[in-house]
Amino acid sequence: MELRILAAPAEQQALLDLPWDMPLEEWPEWYLVALPRGISRHVVRFTRLNGRIYALKEVVESFAVREYQLLRDLERLGIPAVEAVGIVRGRQAPDGAPLESVLVTQHLQFSLPYRALFSRMMRRDTVERLIDALVALLVRLHLFGFFWGDCSLSNTLFRRDAGAFAAYLVDAETGELHPSLSDGQRRHDIENARVNIAGELMDLQAGGRLDDTIDPTAMPDLVVERYESLWNELTGWEAFDVNDRWRIARRVERLNELGFDVDELDIVTDLGGRTVRVQPKVVDPGHHSRRLILLTGIDAQENQARRLLNDLDAYAAATDQQGEDEEIVAYHWVNDAYEPVLRAIPRDLRAKLTGPEIYHEVLEHRWYLSEQAGREVGNVEAARAYVDNVLRHKPDEDTVLEGPPTQPDLPVVAADELGAS
Amino acid sequence: MATVTYDNATRIYPGTDSPAVDSLDLEVGDGEFVVLVGPSGSGKSTALRMLAGLEDVDGGTIHIGERDVTNIPPKDRDIAMVFQNYALYPHMTVADNMGFALKIAGVKKDEIARRVQDAAKLLELENFLGRKPKALSGGQRQRVAMGRAIVREPQVFLMDEPLSNLDAKLRVSTRTQIASLQRRLGITTVYVTHDQIEAMTMGDRVCVLNDGKLQQVDTPLSLYDKPANVFVAGFIGSPAMNIATFKVSDGHADLGIAHIPLSRATVDALSAEGSEQVILGFRPESLEPAPQDAGGAIPVVVDVVEELGSDAYLYGQAVGPAASDPDAALANNTIIARVEPRNEPQKGEKVYLRIKQGGEHCFSVKTGERLPS
Repeated sequence: MELRILAAPAEQQALLDLPWDMPLEEWPEWYLVALPRGISRHVVRFTRLNGRIYALKEVVESFAVREYQLLRDLERLGIPAVEAVGIVRGRQAPDGAPLESVLVTQHLQFSLPYRALFSRMMRRDTVERLIDALVALLVRLHLFGFFWGDCSLSNTLFRRDAGAFAAYLVDAETGELHPSLSDGQRRHDIENARVNIAGELMDLQAGGRLDDTIDPTAMPDLVVERYESLWNELTGWEAFDVNDRWRIARRVERLNELGFDVDELDIVTDLGGRTVRVQPKVVDPGHHSRRLILLTGIDAQENQARRLLNDLDAYAAATDQQGEDEEIVAYHWVNDAYEPVLRAIPRDLRAKLTGPEIYHEVLEHRWYLSEQAGREVGNVEAARAYVDNVLRHKPDEDTVLEGPPTQPDLPVVAADELGAS
Repeated sequence: MATVTYDNATRIYPGTDSPAVDSLDLEVGDGEFVVLVGPSGSGKSTALRMLAGLEDVDGGTIHIGERDVTNIPPKDRDIAMVFQNYALYPHMTVADNMGFALKIAGVKKDEIARRVQDAAKLLELENFLGRKPKALSGGQRQRVAMGRAIVREPQVFLMDEPLSNLDAKLRVSTRTQIASLQRRLGITTVYVTHDQIEAMTMGDRVCVLNDGKLQQVDTPLSLYDKPANVFVAGFIGSPAMNIATFKVSDGHADLGIAHIPLSRATVDALSAEGSEQVILGFRPESLEPAPQDAGGAIPVVVDVVEELGSDAYLYGQAVGPAASDPDAALANNTIIARVEPRNEPQKGEKVYLRIKQGGEHCFSVKTGERLPS
């Protein structure tokens, strides 16, 4: 069989140079960025090509093709997920023995596996924020008709988002894209998430890395609770008296606050004309980040964007530009506030965090310094202090690699072991 | 443990006209291992997911035991989807890995311990309960993952193509293991696969689906020996059955120069439905070498012979004076025959084969259904 590499031209050339005639497990170290010691269902390795980092996963061809397609579909739908860049098929060892196909995904810069978020101890608020991020991702997936089948912290990567997290889907192996989901499919995903997260927290507990105040068996109920409340807010009918029509606008505002734009709203008035019922039909996440990128060109996570937009509003008030055209104020804000802070960060420390996250942290630090000093501390002064007091002591987060911490299930069994059992 | 009953169960996906699963009637006995098999789009996975609660049921009902579960959420159905990406947790012991989901469900400690102990015994993991997964072999880890489903003591196990991401060699050994474990556990199991060999080797009974409709449900051997219609005849068996349409004259199916006598019952059924043609099927092993002048001998020119050691399969073309007759469909079709291994005819050689007594399967050209023989 001939070796086939399906990928974008940019990656294709570089991919050609890798030793595809060897099982991933046996690749010499110089091809690899890190040697994750965790065991996953499949062999996963990271490699660097043209300065970018890629994850390679060895799987049966039909699975590689399926997951590749699904990840591409998710990308088209604008769902946060790792980016599939190619599939390598028709691999053969020098002796002619066939080798499994490889799915190539691009490593998500500044993303963190959940285990990397608590090198010492997982605190309660961190767990809650992770669960919130995961639930927000699951709801988004469900709104688009995506059934995950294996929702867990391990199958997700997290990016910092102004004190919270934004979740990205990493493993779409069990996923399915439908026109819409049945209640059963959604419930199955939630139940799965509940059990998986409980297992993951219990494992942290067994490893002595979970705060004592967290009960791993109770925590997962939070998943169900948060999911239901977000789902209902996004999709539920709301009925009110015809005179209370302001509640329509209120509903839209609430959704905006949650980070969703409402593209379509279904409004039904009953026959007597006394009651109005409203249901959002099409909601689109990314309300704040879309607004921020339109105004400033800054690409940020949802909470970061919310934070930056608040700062923009404060800037407009402080500089007496409230009546000005929004885009002009935004232009001034970028030049006077945002850019100077990032310029104050030494180049060698820029791999620690993303720009918007740094800006958010500087704002936090400025608040803290101002309170201590009893006076308003400026942005640049705060940035300098932040670099020395905080940023310098943080680990680099642009590329945190860790093998999935789980053990293999059915698929990864050596033939001899099966025979022996 | 329980029975599973599909009663007229139907699933129609929004925006489609034809049902994905069309009025399915199926009874799975207590402790039985039933395999749903069919090509892609046959409705086998949808049928399983209706039972799991993942797909809505648009018509009919589904019962587990006496309980109507048609509208019950998945987690309240007392079923377990097996081998669904079970991850093992590295810092937890084998016992905890098997029992942790029970802990969340609020099952009492001593009850968890009992169930884990029972499952471990069954899986031959008793001596490993205190160890971490890292200390286990791959095969043992796999059994821990199975144990996690077993300790839930569900009424029904559901398995949706659990072997599809294994390579061919592993698939064979793992399927034996699953089948034997299921027999020891005696838990009612519904298993979905597209692979008819997997279906035939694992199931107590096999349910063949096509286009959302149940074609036949029976023991593997009965499906093989008495396929109810042309679809099942062609789907079950590897290499596939030789199937083609022939003219009927004078109580015989007319295969070029060969004439195959049909039974009285078959001929009567054909005339009752007013057919002058019959669909005839015969398995590769139902062909035997025959003298050239024997009645019913089919001349075949050998294209290729697959020598498997224990078996050999001949792939050839039927020839003869009437072979150009476009109505004699077999003339354009490849004939597959099992021949004696290590003594096989050569490529290009002409051989004469006939259908062994009782080796033919007759189907109606009008309905595709099996005709009485």
